[in-house]
Parts: sequence; C-alpha cells; structure tokens
Amino acid sequence: MSASIEERLYTIRYKADEQSHLIVKDQEVCAQCPSKDCLFFCPADVYDWDEGTRTLSIAYENCVECGTCRLGCSEQNIEWKYPMGGYGIAYKLG
Amino acid sequence: MAEERFDCVVVGGGPAGAAAAYTMAKAGLKVALIDRGEFPGAKNVFGGVLFRSQLEDLLPEFWKEAPLERLIVEERLMLLDEQGMVTLSHRNPGFADPPNSWSAMRAQFDAWFAGKAEKAGAVPVYQTTVTELLQEGDRVVGVRTDREDGDLYADIVIVADGVNSLLGKALGVHREWQPDEVSLGVKEIIHLPRNVIESRFNLEGNEGASIEFLGDTLGMTGLGFLYTNKESISIGVGIMVNDLQKARVKPYAVLDHVKQHPYIRKLIAGGEVEEYAAHLIPEGGFHSMPPLAGNGWMICGDAAQMVNAVNGEGTNLAVLSGRLAGETAILAHVRGDYSLGMLDHYNESIRASIVFKDLKKYSGIHGLLSGPERRVLFGKLPGVLNESISDYMSVNGITKEEKQKMLIHQLRDAAGGNVELLRLGLKGWRAINR
Repeated sequence: MSASIEERLYTIRYKADEQSHLIVKDQEVCAQCPSKDCLFFCPADVYDWDEGTRTLSIAYENCVECGTCRLGCSEQNIEWKYPMGGYGIAYKLG
Repeated sequence: MAEERFDCVVVGGGPAGAAAAYTMAKAGLKVALIDRGEFPGAKNVFGGVLFRSQLEDLLPEFWKEAPLERLIVEERLMLLDEQGMVTLSHRNPGFADPPNSWSAMRAQFDAWFAGKAEKAGAVPVYQTTVTELLQEGDRVVGVRTDREDGDLYADIVIVADGVNSLLGKALGVHREWQPDEVSLGVKEIIHLPRNVIESRFNLEGNEGASIEFLGDTLGMTGLGFLYTNKESISIGVGIMVNDLQKARVKPYAVLDHVKQHPYIRKLIAGGEVEEYAAHLIPEGGFHSMPPLAGNGWMICGDAAQMVNAVNGEGTNLAVLSGRLAGETAILAHVRGDYSLGMLDHYNESIRASIVFKDLKKYSGIHGLLSGPERRVLFGKLPGVLNESISDYMSVNGITKEEKQKMLIHQLRDAAGGNVELLRLGLKGWRAINR
C-alpha cells in the first residue's frame, strides 16, 4: 500500500502562489555541487536536476514548507522564504 | 491596518502563540494574533499527542468541547528489527482517568485553540506572513507583514513562528539550526473504519492507543510513531536531518519501509492514505534553546527548541511557554516597562518550569543521538535485542544458565565489547540525568 509521491502529494490541499518562495541563489553552485543531497532529502521531491540544461528545477507548488532544504543544502544555496500569507500548504488534518 | 498599535503582537497561531494571545486577551490587553496559514493550524503537523496538563491550566475541561480524536489509554514502546519487535506496553484504568493525553488533528485543534484566543478578544490577522521585525535601536517595536500598509506596532512582540523561526534568526539571538538539531518527520494519516481500529488495538468507545518505535529506520537515527484516531491511524517517522543528508534515501521511503514491517503492516492493512504531511521537529534540546527575551520581544515553543524528544512532549511545552510569556507581558503592561530587564521575568518563569527542568535533565540526549553511539543504538542494538530475546525464550534444550550468558554476550558484542557496553550504558544514563 505504498503510494507514489505524486499520489501522496495529491492528498494535500495547496493554494499555489504565482511566485516561487524557493530560489536557487546560484545555479552554477548547484552544477558544481558533488552530492546534490536535495534530490533525496526533500519529502515532496521539489528538486530535480536536469542534466541537459544543467539546472536545478524547483516544483515550489509541491513544497510542504518543512524547511529541510533550508538547513540541509550543504552549499546553503537555497533562499527559503515563507509563501505569501494564505498561500502554500493548507492541511485539512495535519 | 496602517500603523495600528497593539499592546502585543503574537506571530504564529500554533499552540504557543494561541496560548500567549489567549492569556493576554483575557486580561484585557490589545492583542493581534498573526498567522500565515489559510487558518491557524493549516501548516501544523505533529507526531505526538495533546496532553491535558498544561492546556487545562488555561482552559479547564477543554476536552469537553475541543476537536480531539481518541483518549490515549495504552502506550507502547517498541524496539523493531527488520522482522520482529520487543515491546513494553502499559495500560491501566488510572492512567486515563483523569485523562492524560489525546490523539488529535492539528489543523483542526489549532484552529479551535486560536478561536479561543479570538473569543477572548485577540484580533485575528490570518493569511498574513510577517516578513521582518521592526526595530528601533536594540528594541523590537513591531512587525512588517506582506499586506499592503502592513506594519503593526506593539510594545511587545511574541515570536512563536515555529521550528523554522525565520524571525528568531532575524533577531540574531541564535544562529541557524545545524542539521543534527532537527529531524524531518514524515507522516501519513490512513483511513480505516472505526470498528477495525478498535478490534486491532483492543479499544472501545473513544479509547485510543499510541505506539512509539525505535529501530528499523534503515540504520538512521530515527523514531517512529503510530496513533489511533477516531477513523484513521497516524503513522510516521522522524529522521535526523544530518543522517538523511548522508543516507541519500527519500524520507518517504523510510516510512514505506516501516509500513512494510510485518507487525506494523497488519495494523494498517486495508487503509487508504487520507493525507501526507512533513514537518521539521526540534531535536536540539537544552543546549539549543536560545535566549528567550530581549527588549520588546519574547520567543516561545518550537521556535525556541522547546521539545522533549524522550517523552514526546512539545505541544504542552509550547502551551506552557506561551502562557508564561503572556503572563510576563501582562506584568510588563501594568508596569509600562518592556525592556529586557522586565521581560527577563519570562526567562525566570521558564527556568522554574518543566520546560527548563526536563530539557536540562535530558541535556545529554542530543549528544547521544548525534554522536557515534547512535549507530549502535539505532542500528545494531534493536536487532541484537530481538535476536537475543528470541533465543532466550526458545525452549530448545540449552540450559537457562547458558542462555543468560549468550544474551549478555550478544549485547556486549553489539556495543563493541565490555568497556564499550559500560560506556554506552553510562552515557545513556547521564544523557537523561543531568
């Protein structure tokens, strides 16, 4: 009964802001980052590495606002803010 | 709301903020309660229970009207290895009468609690994110929000913005948490019919059970939990972020792994995931608590690392700290003094309370959970314990004397020898006895 991450995220209510509250400070730092831990530790799979364009993409609209990337990025290359008031995740149970 | 003045602005509508706002509003102070969620609680998650004690001091018999799930009548502590488990469990009528704790849905409970503060007179300012603290010299004088003309001025700002506490960082009173000072909790609420839950956990009526488990978190420092709700089960794991960084394992994969454990699997079988959630949990304990007050501000709850990870206490410490900050604000209001000299009264109240005393007693826990011993505690030991107890309980012609020897040998080897076992035992004892 393991659900995929997409199925899991589908159970959460969101009100997505038009602007991302997560910003990669410098894509070059990500390109050079040997470990790219963010591809693993994020509980919502927000981060994805595109080898073709050599950029880190951010699916901020799936972010559960936990803050793991804020503390876990070994390069401290993620600018992490709260979404605008009223936006972002809205648990119905929590 | 241009340049509106309050006696106190509370940032964060979780248990700490709601308790502070309720305390002050009830005493007649002009209070604003700010929350960035669609409603207070919309962003809140826990892997825990709500305790009666500290909440009752604010709201007597709150359980008669608060949205709670089940009254916890049984607690189990399980040490899991991949296939089996060793359990310590307790149930006793006196344990739940008077009630000790309940399972709950935080999005529902926190909204209710903040509503209590509103009814007492606190002005709700929801769907509003505080972007910075307004300061004049070394004094905090208000907050800037993301609303138009969104500056709110106040004699005191109570910072209760949760584990990430961007405002606490902005105050500069404490540095950023290190990855070993927080764990990431991932959780699922799994729907199951009421009668299925009651028969699986031996419950009736509104009785509930809680399970905390240790081990089988793929060798990482982590704890799991399982709580029965009315018609669902909350199951989750909390993994230290420093371990998660190294392991390169998806956090939800750890949860999936635990859900497939032969014992756990049967408890949740047939259920459907109603909601997935993830949240950071403060794990730094005593040594991570920042200074708690300054000129014009106080900080409470998760934002100040007030979590007792050993006993799963957090919401109650948040409520207590919020109330104590609120009471200090009332005194400050009467005296017209909002300086550190006055607000330090909050610091003293915390020092005299279970927040400080319990976290101090357990001040060695963080070292144990982040030091090299964690490999033994969370990796080897649960497995060896399961194995040795199986051996000890099997009737197979081996004498009891021999079995006892084997059991001690197995434990000793898991720790890395006699000296190491002794050291681990001592360190463990000291970790919870300062």
